[in-house]
Order: sequence, then structure tokens, then C-alpha cells
Amino acid sequence: MPLKKTINDSHSRWMDADGPAADIAISSRIRVARNLAGIPFPHLLDQTKAEDVIHAVRLAVEDRDVSSKVGNIELSLLSEMSPVERQILVDKHLISPELLNSFERKAVVLRDDEVISIMVNEEDHLRIQCLMPGLQLQEAWDLVNHVDDSLERTLDYAFSEKLGYLTACPTNVGTGMRASVMLHLPALKLIKQLGGVLNAIGKVGLTVRGLFGEGTEALGDFFQISNQVTLGQSEEEIINNIVAVVSQIITQEQAARNNLYKDRREFIEDLVYRAYGTLKYAHILSYEEAMRLFSELRLGIEMGIITGIHARLLNELTVRIRPAFLIKLSGNDMSAHNRDVFRAELIRKEFSKLQ
Amino acid sequence: MMCKRCGQRPATMHMTEISNGKKSETHLCEVCAREIQAQGFGFAPQLHLHNFLAGLLNHELGGNKHDHDELTGKRCVKCRVFEGQIVKHGLLGCGDCYPFFEDRLLPLLRRIHGRTRHTGKVPERTGGRARLIKEVNNLKSMLKEAVSREDFEQAAQLRDQIRQIEKSIEDGGELSATQENNK
Repeated sequence: MPLKKTINDSHSRWMDADGPAADIAISSRIRVARNLAGIPFPHLLDQTKAEDVIHAVRLAVEDRDVSSKVGNIELSLLSEMSPVERQILVDKHLISPELLNSFERKAVVLRDDEVISIMVNEEDHLRIQCLMPGLQLQEAWDLVNHVDDSLERTLDYAFSEKLGYLTACPTNVGTGMRASVMLHLPALKLIKQLGGVLNAIGKVGLTVRGLFGEGTEALGDFFQISNQVTLGQSEEEIINNIVAVVSQIITQEQAARNNLYKDRREFIEDLVYRAYGTLKYAHILSYEEAMRLFSELRLGIEMGIITGIHARLLNELTVRIRPAFLIKLSGNDMSAHNRDVFRAELIRKEFSKLQ
Repeated sequence: MMCKRCGQRPATMHMTEISNGKKSETHLCEVCAREIQAQGFGFAPQLHLHNFLAGLLNHELGGNKHDHDELTGKRCVKCRVFEGQIVKHGLLGCGDCYPFFEDRLLPLLRRIHGRTRHTGKVPERTGGRARLIKEVNNLKSMLKEAVSREDFEQAAQLRDQIRQIEKSIEDGGELSATQENNK
């Protein structure tokens, strides 16, 4: 029962903070958009036709050949889950918030380690995604490529020689690929260099988004860097471009951290320990405040000021303190105020275990 | 104090706004505050990509004539989607919309991507000709490299391989799986 485990456990493989450059690059994600030939895109499908697509994908992923190559994967209908359970999948970054609209026509395929997920009938028939810790875009692409090849043995994709993989939105046509890296950039923000860095990103064909993708704000100093262009560049070119730019940003963030430690050590230590203290003892914490404190504490962990806490715990907590997981843990709906109290209690308990 | 918006629940959120030196206060209950927040800021999308794209498409496809009625304009022969629907939602109807609306789409694609030709992955089974062409292009760049290295033995091999694949492209056929495995 992989889905039950996914919903009951706030941990996911990408949170392990053990990949390359994991002290700044939290996670790497590749997703490709694929559509079935001869079938209108999901937004034009009625319930029956949408179910036909889900059925076709189910047959493809349940093929014995696929599971032997890709691992243990399972398709679940979104209509079989409660609203809280669906939201947890969003909070764990396994599906996009858009998949929740008209959820009765949608499905998700998950591998048991949650590294691979496939959204069915989002904007496109299939969105195959791979999420890994640290800066591992190439590895993520290798895996997505592999899953894609396995599915293509039984599914006919809408593909044109000229325009590549055909997608509902022309911004995805070609490779259908969006590669992104989630970066934690508190030091650049502290020294007020972030604006310049993020501006420069726009000039090289990349975009910056917040924690939950398109249209979301940058909570907890997390920034998602991803490619904008999908047509006329190969997958490798897109990945190399992002890796080159992200490596630059990582170098700058690292330099900013070093300078802060050298020139303003008391300030940075004060910031980090205040965050630690508040998280340890506060009795009311909003999600936004907790995310800000996590960011500051994480900086302390990444700079070696604080030891004995692993970034993995913070990654996991960012999911557990979201309203959906809190409701799941407490077993009933709560007012915003009660959630803030419950959130603080949960964090206090988790931190008291550390000593 | 009761909520100034619904007048039914006690106000628990008190916001003070100072603009142009003038101070104004708003008192809201939790429910109303959350509703306002959901509409205005926080996680609500600031500029939705589809709206933006719909604007671009509108410009490329039909000017302003589809503003009021989406069921107007040309219709895709395959999925029967109206040009007006595409413009309104920023989404095409099916894969066949691409060739059908091609002359209108190409300028848009150039504006979004800077290019209009796919150079990435080609599906293994259904890619057909496209996959062969890509293979030839790969071999050609390898050939160039071999020549610059003065590795003429490998260059000759690569040239033969290129000829073989080009011939099967001309024949309109594809390398069969067995042929390819024997390579």
C-alpha cells in the first residue's frame, strides 16, 4: 500500500539532504509533459474520456516489463483520497496544486520511494516527474528518461518531427521538460544581493519561483530556478544551462555566508540562536513564522554553527507543519489559532527529542 | 467588536494601513481575513501564466475579435476546438491543433522559445523518421570531431553509417529493429 505510506509519513526521499551541494541546493526536479496521440488534451475531456486516459496509463504502468525496469509503481485515483490526503501530496511536492482542480478526472502514479511521480490529466495527459535531494538534475533526467521510454513501449505519444512533444500549452512544446532546482539563499538575502542575482537569471532564459511553483511567494528563503525555453534546445543543453547558472549562485551564496561569518559573526550567531530558541520554546507559531525560523536555523546548521540537528528534520517538518498534515495528525479540523498552537507544540516536542 | 465585513463574528484581526500619511484601520473576523487573504496575496497567483499567454495568443491569432465569444473563428478539424477557445484559455485542443493552426502558432513559438524547431529527445518507438534524422545529425557532429582529430579510420566508419541511415530515410522506410540491433 504505497499510497497510505506516502500520506501517513511526512518523509520523502528528496528531504534527505544528502545529494551534492545539499547545503544550498535542497532538491532537483525534472518533469516532462507527454500526451497521447489522437486524444484531445485533458481540459477538453469529459469524465468518461478522462477515465479512458487514466485506464490507458494504468495498463502501461502495470505492465510487468515496466515494473521490472522502473520499480514498484502504483496508480491511485485522486477521487479515492480525502481532501486532506490530496493536499498532503501537494505539500510533499509530489503533485502540483493544479491537479486538485476537477480531481475526479485525475490520477497519480507513485513509486514507493516517492522519487518518481506521474500526474495523469493535469494540463497534459502525463506529467512524469523525478525529485531528488541536492543538485542532481542529470540523474533525475536519466531516471525520467528511463520511465518515459518504458511507458512509450505501450503508449502512443503525440509527437511531431518539427515541434517535438506536443503539449496543451505552447510554453511546454518541444522537450516538454521543466528542470528545476530548489535553492536556499538566506545569506544573499541578508546582504541584499538577491535582487541582482535573480534579475540576472531572467536574462539567461531561466525563471525563479517560490516554494510551491508558479505564482507562489518565496517562503523560507527558498527559490526554485527553472528553464523557460523547451523548444530548440536538447534536454542535455537545458540541464547544462541550469547547472551552470545554479553553480554560480551556489558559489555566491557560499561566499556571502563566509563573509557574514567573518565580518558579522555575532550578528549571524545571534540570528541563528534566536531562531533556535524560539522554535524550541514558542507556544504559538504561524506557518510563515515557522518557515522563517527554519530558514535561519537551517543557515546555522549549514554553516556549522549549530550541530546535532540534521537538515533532513527541517525538510520533513516543513511538510508536517502545513495545515493538512496538522489536521491529519490531530484527527480533526482546527481553527487557524488552534493550528498555530498545535504547530508550536509539535515543533517543541521534536526539538526536545534532540537532547 | 464585530467584524466590519460580515458583521456576524467577533473581529480578531486588526489591520492598520498607513498610506499618504493617512491611517486607516480594518477589523475582521478570522474567516473574512482568510478569504481576503486568499483573494489578494499569499498563495494566490499574482500573474497567471495562462492569462498572460492568452493575451499573446489573442494578439497572434485573432486580434481582439474573440474577446466576447469564445465559440468563434476557425475550428481544428480533429478536436473541433474553436480558435476563440484557444485564445481565451491559452491552451490548444489536441496535438493536431499544432499543424492546423501552424501559421499562426509559429510566430508565437518564436516569441516564447526563440526557436521553432525541436532538437531534443525523439520517442524510440513512435519517433520514426525524426529519430533517424537525429541520429544522422549526431553522427555528423561525431564525424566532424573525428576529422579534426585526424582519426580518419573512425571518420570513414562514421561516414558509412551516415550514408546507410540517410538511404533508409530517402527510401521513406525506417531501420527495422533487427537491422539496428545488427549494426
